[in-house]
Amino acid sequence: MAYNIYICGIGGQGIIKTSIVIGETALNTGKNVVMSEIHGMSQRGGVVSTELKIGDDYSPIIPKGASDLILAFEPIEALRALEKSSKDTVLVVNTKKVLPATINQQDVDYPDIDEVLDELKSKFSKVYAINANKIALKAGHPLSMNMAMVGAATAISSFPLDKDDVIETMKNNLPKKSIEINLKAFEDGYNRCKN
Amino acid sequence: MNLKQLLNPQANQKYFMLGNEAAVRGVLESGVSLAATYPGTPSSEIGDILYRISNDANIYFEFSSNEKVAVEVASSAASTGLRTFSFMKHVGVNVASDSLMSSAYIGVEGSLLLLIADDPSTFSSQNEQDTRHFARQANIPIFEPSNPQEIKDYIHYAYDVSDKYNIPVIVRTTTRVSHMRGIVTTDSYTKNTINTGEFSDEGLHVPVPEAARVMHKNLVEKIDQIRMLSDESPLNQLFDNGSSFGVIASGGAYNYVADIINQYDLNVNLLKIGFSHPYPEMLVKKFLEDNEEVLVVEEVDPINEIETLAIAGKYNINVKIHGKRDGTLSEIFEYTPDIIYDALNNLLNFDESNKTVNDASSIKLPSRPATLCAGCPHRASYYAARQAINSLNLDVESIHPSDIGCYTLGIAPPYKMANYLMSMGASVGTSCGFSKSTQKQPIISFIGDSTFFHAGIPPLINAVHNKTKFTLVILDNRITAMTGGQTNPGIPVDGMGNDAPAISIEAIVKSIGIDFVETLNPLDVNNMIEVYKRALKHDGVSVIIAKYPCNLIHKKEIRSRKHHILVDDDKCIHCNKCLEQFACPSIKLVDGKIVMDHSCIKCDVCIDVCPVNAIYRGQ
Repeated sequence: MAYNIYICGIGGQGIIKTSIVIGETALNTGKNVVMSEIHGMSQRGGVVSTELKIGDDYSPIIPKGASDLILAFEPIEALRALEKSSKDTVLVVNTKKVLPATINQQDVDYPDIDEVLDELKSKFSKVYAINANKIALKAGHPLSMNMAMVGAATAISSFPLDKDDVIETMKNNLPKKSIEINLKAFEDGYNRCKN
Repeated sequence: MNLKQLLNPQANQKYFMLGNEAAVRGVLESGVSLAATYPGTPSSEIGDILYRISNDANIYFEFSSNEKVAVEVASSAASTGLRTFSFMKHVGVNVASDSLMSSAYIGVEGSLLLLIADDPSTFSSQNEQDTRHFARQANIPIFEPSNPQEIKDYIHYAYDVSDKYNIPVIVRTTTRVSHMRGIVTTDSYTKNTINTGEFSDEGLHVPVPEAARVMHKNLVEKIDQIRMLSDESPLNQLFDNGSSFGVIASGGAYNYVADIINQYDLNVNLLKIGFSHPYPEMLVKKFLEDNEEVLVVEEVDPINEIETLAIAGKYNINVKIHGKRDGTLSEIFEYTPDIIYDALNNLLNFDESNKTVNDASSIKLPSRPATLCAGCPHRASYYAARQAINSLNLDVESIHPSDIGCYTLGIAPPYKMANYLMSMGASVGTSCGFSKSTQKQPIISFIGDSTFFHAGIPPLINAVHNKTKFTLVILDNRITAMTGGQTNPGIPVDGMGNDAPAISIEAIVKSIGIDFVETLNPLDVNNMIEVYKRALKHDGVSVIIAKYPCNLIHKKEIRSRKHHILVDDDKCIHCNKCLEQFACPSIKLVDGKIVMDHSCIKCDVCIDVCPVNAIYRGQ
């Protein structure tokens, strides 16, 4: 059985880059990997998700309930991804909320963040809640948020890739001038979820 | 991977490739000399990559003005002996089909491959049409890869078929295959050295009736020969497990079947169809004879299924065939692992365990629909149109034919500036029909710059010649935005990044004889409202060219804006016009106060929207 990772969030958060770093690490360490990504309307404030399977599966689509790990870049996007999860799924969630662009035209308000986190904790066996935006700012640039999430994922005990291998792929994939900041964010994300 | 790696000459390199990247590698390895497209998701990344590497690869690449032109460019170039490539989304084939039909009749001296990306579940399209019908209508071989490696490898195979039989060929993908990443092992690549061919008028190239009859006969004979090839092709793979239950699967749907067979260790025979027209008749006949029950799995229409049913009927084979026609599977939407699991489990009862899936959230969640970006010039054009229409105090509905692009998002409230949409360029043609069939209802229609060049000009000529009355707004944002920002004929850059003559939309419109043509900056909304009002009074066709670049292409200028947009709470009268009528996503109501959030790019339009000057430029 493959190790299934579902990654969700919003256009512009670096979700596809995140997925490529994980996928290329799998390739570089001799594992098979398939991935699905949805392009198109996502650039205009919509939801973005990718699905990664590390192992011998042919299809990149995760069946209902079958995610081993969900990386949610935004709290309510984690709730939207519940169909892909079961009680056995581990969740890493960025607690920094992003209001939908059209929130003022909708009847539904953005829910209370504590209520969202409580709901998530009731659904998953393990929830790692981190403010990845804060970690990124501390590391030196808001755009390193996605690498804080990769760091957090790498710390999960079931995660099938080694930290050093992920770092090696990051070095090959990210611009030289920002690699230090990205590694800092990665380490911080990692340390917050280790143990 | 980075783009340079696509040009790595070495074989046996492994990369984590997107399906569309694998397509580029496939045509490069195949020695293509020329490529032409009109951008369309899910195939658009192929063009984005070729735009960046065609000079290094020494191939000619163009963004053609539409798909029909792209196929004509690639077909005629292939008639000079070159190996050529065209690619588009499924609905692009509708536009190209007139010439595609003739291309099959005429054939090619060199080779021509079309990659067509279908979009089951309409992630970014107006319909779910299945390109495999076109392959049959035009009598063109078609191939259905299931993953990036197969996209690349099938392209080699398909070019060989095109070469050998002098016939255009189609590789059909779907969104999930084009936008799938997987490990691809390369074959060797050498930089193209052939840039010119030579046209010879030997043979038949002009399908006048007398010749067309001969050409059609030749084409059918070719397809009969290729049918034998399909029967023996390694792209149609049989996995015989000695079962009495078989599955015939193709494309992305094959992956779901294979995973379920492996996961549950199912004892079924499996026939993977990679070469699906001409359908491998003898292979399928044998498969039907060897099984008592067969499930056909394919996205979208039951095409392989009907072929399979026909073979069972023709050879009078006693086999039960399941699929879409008996309701086992659906004819709409893409498949998922769960849909295929349910279909197989209903037929084979291999799993009685209940899957554990988390219930949906009990908290009501706000949706996150795609929306026009903060600072998008289209928002200003729509706001102004809504204000002008509202000022008429109509007792009838206004009519707003729209077109294909980001600006279709103008359908959303509060603008509601799209209430009729068909296809590329149809905003103009449908406005002609509404003009002739309605009396008091004002018509303001919208079309983008690239769409205008694509299919908007012939209907505008029609509009003038047939004395219609409507206002056409050409939303000229200086780019083909929806598909990620490709060049078009209005931009002084071609598909290879070279300087090119920019075609003037205004000059085209004026040359048709339209006497109301106003080119304006839509960010000056109050002016635009007045222009709309005048245009609506104009007796005849009026054209407004709303010219301002898309945010995607002038990021540098946007970054240089150092001021801030501020709100003076003392002046604000809480009319909420900025929030509810202009509805820019940067404007938020927080604790009863209007504020600009960080997404604001300082387009300054809301300053003009505010009736009491409470919104202002500050430092």
